[in-house]
Amino acid sequence: MAALAPSWPSSSMTFRAFQCWLTVYRRIWRSSVWSSVLGPVFYLGAMGFGLGSLVNKHGTASLGGVSYLAFVAPAILASSAMNTGMQEASWPVYGSLKWNKIYIGAQASPLRPEDIFRGHLMFMTMRLAMNAAVTIAFMWAFGAVRSAWVLLAWPVAVLTGVAFAAPIAAWAVLAKNELSFVYIFRFGMMPLMLFSGTFFPLSQLPGGLRLVAYATPLWHGVALCRALSLGAGLGLPGALGHVAYLAVLAAFGIWAAGRTYRRRLYV
Amino acid sequence: MLRASGTEVLVRARGLTKKFGSFSAVDGIDFDLYRGEAFGFLGPNGAGKSSTMRMIGCVSPPTSGELTILGADPVRDGSAIRARLGVVPQDDTLDVELTVRENLLVYGRYFGLPRRVIRERADALLEFVQLSDRAKDKVDPLSGGLKRRLTIARSLINEPEILLLDEPTTGLDPQARHVVWDRLFRLKQRGVTLILTTHYMDEAEQLCDRLAVMDHGTFAAEGSPRDLITQYCSPEVLELRFDPEMHEAAADKLKDFPAERAEVLADRILLYVTDGDSALASVRASGLDPLTSLVRRGTLEDVFLRLTGRRLED
Repeated sequence: MAALAPSWPSSSMTFRAFQCWLTVYRRIWRSSVWSSVLGPVFYLGAMGFGLGSLVNKHGTASLGGVSYLAFVAPAILASSAMNTGMQEASWPVYGSLKWNKIYIGAQASPLRPEDIFRGHLMFMTMRLAMNAAVTIAFMWAFGAVRSAWVLLAWPVAVLTGVAFAAPIAAWAVLAKNELSFVYIFRFGMMPLMLFSGTFFPLSQLPGGLRLVAYATPLWHGVALCRALSLGAGLGLPGALGHVAYLAVLAAFGIWAAGRTYRRRLYV
Repeated sequence: MLRASGTEVLVRARGLTKKFGSFSAVDGIDFDLYRGEAFGFLGPNGAGKSSTMRMIGCVSPPTSGELTILGADPVRDGSAIRARLGVVPQDDTLDVELTVRENLLVYGRYFGLPRRVIRERADALLEFVQLSDRAKDKVDPLSGGLKRRLTIARSLINEPEILLLDEPTTGLDPQARHVVWDRLFRLKQRGVTLILTTHYMDEAEQLCDRLAVMDHGTFAAEGSPRDLITQYCSPEVLELRFDPEMHEAAADKLKDFPAERAEVLADRILLYVTDGDSALASVRASGLDPLTSLVRRGTLEDVFLRLTGRRLED
């Protein structure tokens, strides 16, 4: 009976907020599906096959002897997770205050600012999981996967995305205008994508710059996804280190967003 | 204190204050709101009405003073209190990507209501606000009046005991306003306690059992619309309009006129008198020749002018 439907989801405030996003998504999923599917196809095609055919001609010893496609594909998985995480946590968060005002409507209900945030983060996590699954499926179809460990790259990619989404949402909810988002994509996402070992091994960078790259969250996601997809190059302690780094960043973002959402919504 | 309805206090405030930096938006107000009444905060923009409403809506912690809503503390028990409130915000917060009915369904989930209950209530509420035939339409193309009715329907999905309405008819055309007033009146008849803000005196007169006239974050007066008019205004008001070149001279001369009070506005002069027609005859007899004249009864607008020296909609 509907009235006696399981009460655990409806009793969870986070899940209540999440359901709102699901309803909205049912309306608009068609427009997002193309970028979710075509994005990885274009990247894998252009980088893996296009650029890859040039790279492979000159030998791939510095890539660990694998084809450029196999090298670059897991990094594209991680960096598009970052991309999705940042996209979902910037404009939609801002828009929930300024445009469709989902947060303002939800605020008048029993939901607290923390519930509103976590419900939205749950939706972002769902979107990350969907996009990462599609990307891994294409990696496999393109023959870019070398190991069954790639299945673990799925949660790692999602974690990478959340590690970006949570802190960005914490910041975006306080944003005064949309201009700030342009800056964070131009001066945050672009350099991270270029200098986190995505398209070339970090060993190609000068020492100082390499240290900077090691400190960036995307590198940890890229390194771990790559090791899992290739089934080589990383021991358990190293893998756990990467996970810990990303988990700490995500946890920090969730903690910070609890505070910033409250500050913004309870004026 | 005057009471319109029951004796059960639903909202109690003592010395309620809200500061933004050094600015006091609400500056130490006291009030008791009773179950079943319609209470209005009447005042111009910036008087502190919306800040008061946000505090009652448990989305804005008071800076100081006491506030009790449904017997609970809005800071500690905000979530539980909000479960029993309905809120119609000043700006519609409908999701324009969803249909009319979906807006209600989504909102009902926020309150943790079972889907079947939400569906039943959604249909009944759409009927109540006369939007059943638009249930499957997108929200975006709806007119302001229909959107406001949908917002009201949405605010009722949890069958609230108290309905908070911030400027419920601002921006609506006269016909749409009357439909909204009619629905709100019906809700009051059903026992829903209405708390609203407005800067329209006709709205305050139509809907409110009791009013607090607010200015600069404080209450300038409190009472029923009729009592406020009796207390702060003469029975009749004579409005005179002169040739702009004669305006000042006429104003000077009318200062000594035997009226309860004279109010000189930019374009008109108001004389507060017991008998408007005989006052007009005396004005003419004194040699003044107004271009237009109007005798009317005292209104809340006059009360506000008297209490604050300003007009409501300025």
